[in-house]
Amino acid sequence: MTQTTPRSEFFAGCRGMIPLVVGAIPFGIIFGTLSNDLSFGATLAMSAFVFAGSAQFIALGLLAAGTAFPLIVLTTFVVNLRHLLYAVSLVPYLQRSPPLWKLLLGFWLTDEAFMVAIVRYHQADSSPYKHWYHLGGATLMYANWQLCTLIGLTMGQLIPNIRIWGLDFAMSVTFIGMVIPYLINQPMLVAVFVAGISSLFTHALPHQLGLMVASLLGIAAGVLCERLIKVQA
Amino acid sequence: MNEFLLISSMAIVTFGIRYPVLALSGRFRLSEQFLRVLGYVPPAVLTAIVVPTVLMPAGDQLLLSYTNARLIGAIAALGVGLWRKNLLLTIGVGMAVFWGWQAIVH
Repeated sequence: MTQTTPRSEFFAGCRGMIPLVVGAIPFGIIFGTLSNDLSFGATLAMSAFVFAGSAQFIALGLLAAGTAFPLIVLTTFVVNLRHLLYAVSLVPYLQRSPPLWKLLLGFWLTDEAFMVAIVRYHQADSSPYKHWYHLGGATLMYANWQLCTLIGLTMGQLIPNIRIWGLDFAMSVTFIGMVIPYLINQPMLVAVFVAGISSLFTHALPHQLGLMVASLLGIAAGVLCERLIKVQA
Repeated sequence: MNEFLLISSMAIVTFGIRYPVLALSGRFRLSEQFLRVLGYVPPAVLTAIVVPTVLMPAGDQLLLSYTNARLIGAIAALGVGLWRKNLLLTIGVGMAVFWGWQAIVH
């Protein structure tokens, strides 16, 4: 591999994020479109300061249903709990970074930023600038989310029934594409299978708690399978 | 004012999950064993997010039928993804099949 620089890593991270940005564009626009119970400024502020796609969507849904404010915050907490798994996973790669980096990459920690960054961190080469790759991806994701929220807010009325087009499905196919590279051995297949099946059974749990439960069950199943294989060998 | 309170609370809660572990990360070391466990985080979470959106399009019950365009689109995406290992192509084909199928069955 050629010598990497902060600059080359940053732009490689942007490029690595492009497919995920494509998947997130409709999502951001729909968010801006659906935000009927929030003012223009509040919608932009939510994207800028909360910056958590699924939690933002759920908050809109709860607002429309007249849900009490503490319950919306509680739901935000539970929906975003998965980010704790991401943060812990990033510890080995960011623990020697300066505080400002931790602050910024922590604030910009999303499903997408994590999934793109962790692939880079796992690569075998010893580039000392892999966190620049992470930063590049996260920056593009953040900028894109703000822009799409704005587009949704301003053009939402021009594109009626945007949801009926099924544009939200773009995120599903993006995530399917992201899972595929992990399907390389038996424990991973078991983890994915168990997480998928459990997610259906736990879907009815309140505050989207099912996502967390199903993820943990999948992780446990993968680890268990790995142990069993090791015992047999 | 209420909006301000709602958004700042959501922001604090979200940041309060994402940041503290990273802030303290210099002070502890994760065991080799635990790092192996964390390797399962990305595929497990992604799958747990996606499966209900595909198999429960209405939000509450399973729709295992050819009338579920999301299911057909997801199968196509999975097939193309396994075959070509190209993310943009996976997204493109998945969406195209989903739209095409939706147009046919509706």
